[in-house]
Amino acid sequence: MTAYLLRRTAFLVVSLLLAAAVLFLLLRLLPGDPANSLLSVGATPDQIEAARHQIGTDRPLPEQFVSWLGQLATFDLGESFVSTLPVGPEIAARLVVTVPLTLLSFVLAVVVAVPVGFVAAHKANTWYGSILSGVSQLGIAVPVFWVGMLLITVFSLSLRVLPAGGFPQDDWADPAKALTSLTLPVITVALVMSASLIRYVRSATLDVLGSDYLRTSRALGSSFARAMWRHGLRNAVVPVISILGIELASTFLGAVVVESVFALPGLGGMLVKGLAQHDYPVIQGILFVSTLVVLVIGFVADLVQRLIDPRLRHSLARDAR
Amino acid sequence: MSVEQAVVGAPEEDGAKTTPRHVSRSVTLTIGCVLVGVIVIVAVVSLFWVPFAPEDTSGRRLMPPGLPHLLGTDKLGRDLLTQLMIGARIALAAGAGSVLLGGVIGISAGLAAGFATRWLDDVVSALLDILIAFPTLLLAMLVAATQAASLTSAIVAIGLAMSAIVARLTRVLVKRVLAQDFITASRTSGTSWPRVVIEHVLPNIWPTLSVNLALQFGLAVLAEASLSYLGLGAPPPNASWGRMLQEAQASVFIAPVGVIAPGVLIVVLVIGVNLIADGFRDVADPTRRRRR
Repeated sequence: MTAYLLRRTAFLVVSLLLAAAVLFLLLRLLPGDPANSLLSVGATPDQIEAARHQIGTDRPLPEQFVSWLGQLATFDLGESFVSTLPVGPEIAARLVVTVPLTLLSFVLAVVVAVPVGFVAAHKANTWYGSILSGVSQLGIAVPVFWVGMLLITVFSLSLRVLPAGGFPQDDWADPAKALTSLTLPVITVALVMSASLIRYVRSATLDVLGSDYLRTSRALGSSFARAMWRHGLRNAVVPVISILGIELASTFLGAVVVESVFALPGLGGMLVKGLAQHDYPVIQGILFVSTLVVLVIGFVADLVQRLIDPRLRHSLARDAR
Repeated sequence: MSVEQAVVGAPEEDGAKTTPRHVSRSVTLTIGCVLVGVIVIVAVVSLFWVPFAPEDTSGRRLMPPGLPHLLGTDKLGRDLLTQLMIGARIALAAGAGSVLLGGVIGISAGLAAGFATRWLDDVVSALLDILIAFPTLLLAMLVAATQAASLTSAIVAIGLAMSAIVARLTRVLVKRVLAQDFITASRTSGTSWPRVVIEHVLPNIWPTLSVNLALQFGLAVLAEASLSYLGLGAPPPNASWGRMLQEAQASVFIAPVGVIAPGVLIVVLVIGVNLIADGFRDVADPTRRRRR
């Protein structure tokens, strides 16, 4: 386990470095000079040169990259072109909205999807089993922002029971108020996430239901519930955990779009604004932090999988990434 | 490898107990083809005829459905039906373009990685893992950020992000085929590597790959809609369904059609493509028999 932990950590660090490189290169190699966003139309060559010098794009690429890595190592994400405020603290402030939104949606999605997916598989040949599968089929085809718009229409504009958007100025000072503003966004993300999750849970359950060990256990006299609990659950949970890691990561990203629908002051809102203003340090910083989050989630999911699956822990084979 | 396999492996079709399998299979495919077919026909018709010019703002604003505007007008007085028809074209172009780009790059890279020596394969796999950690939408935003937002930039971004996923799947499939005895036999009897790829590897990986590409088509349509909703897709007067939704959001009570119709069309197209993928999987892959 220790050897695996070391290897996996090394992989995480290398991934992060590579991600930083990819991000850096993409932003630099794609057409369009970051300096342009500092200038107004009709700037003189001297002004352009000055702007380049100010943000450092007049230096050679490797030098820029090394200095950016140096900044990253000290958690310095640079300063916004537009507001000239440091990007790091602003991202941290925005995460106060995005992280609870992500986690709440994720928990809700799992709580809904696991029993529904199980029933959809266990009762696959009944009418409600088919309906559950059909609904999840529908769920993966719906754009998440459209679900948000429809929920706003029904619950905010028609019934007027929940706010249509926004977040309290004082963040979580009044938890009840903050939770109320997050209710609709959380339901939106969770609905769409649970749809795809239901499919995975259903698939994993079908595998277990058709397995020989479950039949043997039943033949030896276990009740269905006992056989599922002792043998089925442990086997079904392994593929689901690896999917959960990916789902958590995509929940985090689904939040980016949903935040725009509900005008939440989260990471997504910041990113969209940064994109509109061509604010490179903001874009770069948010993308780096998002990638970091996604990679760390993958890291944790891999470790959890090892912890619960002795076959992976004890196998001498090279770990399959 | 878990993602693609899980995606490909998620069975979605289970007819009632009494329904013979081939019937329920063809139902899935047929419904899928009908749904996608409707959108394709609308898109083709829009190339030759639309009720009004897309930039024609002569109608009254936010008119309800009726004559002459069958589905009413948007907040600038443009005909909604016209916009929806052009939107079908854009959605299909986004899906097809991304799948073409992502497929060509992804399959080539995956083949290369599958054939490569071990250390090169390791490097490529690690790179792919990182690219995949880089989510589609964020990558698309990045491309859209550095260039002017357009349908092309959206397609390039979605296609690039997709290529990493396709490449990883291709690599796994290629490895599996290359381990088979008939490859060794073919090589021993003097077949060159390019011919092995064309005659043995591609036909063997194609069924799984094409199902995955169909699913990716649906995801690309959704991604383009999201990008357009955020203002990073095709600019006006091109009517992307995502942008139509964004523009109609404020006037949902005065003109509900503008909020409902584009969303319904997106769902119809994506469900249709997914059903085709599900149906095709069962037809193309005889090893994936119905679960006990």
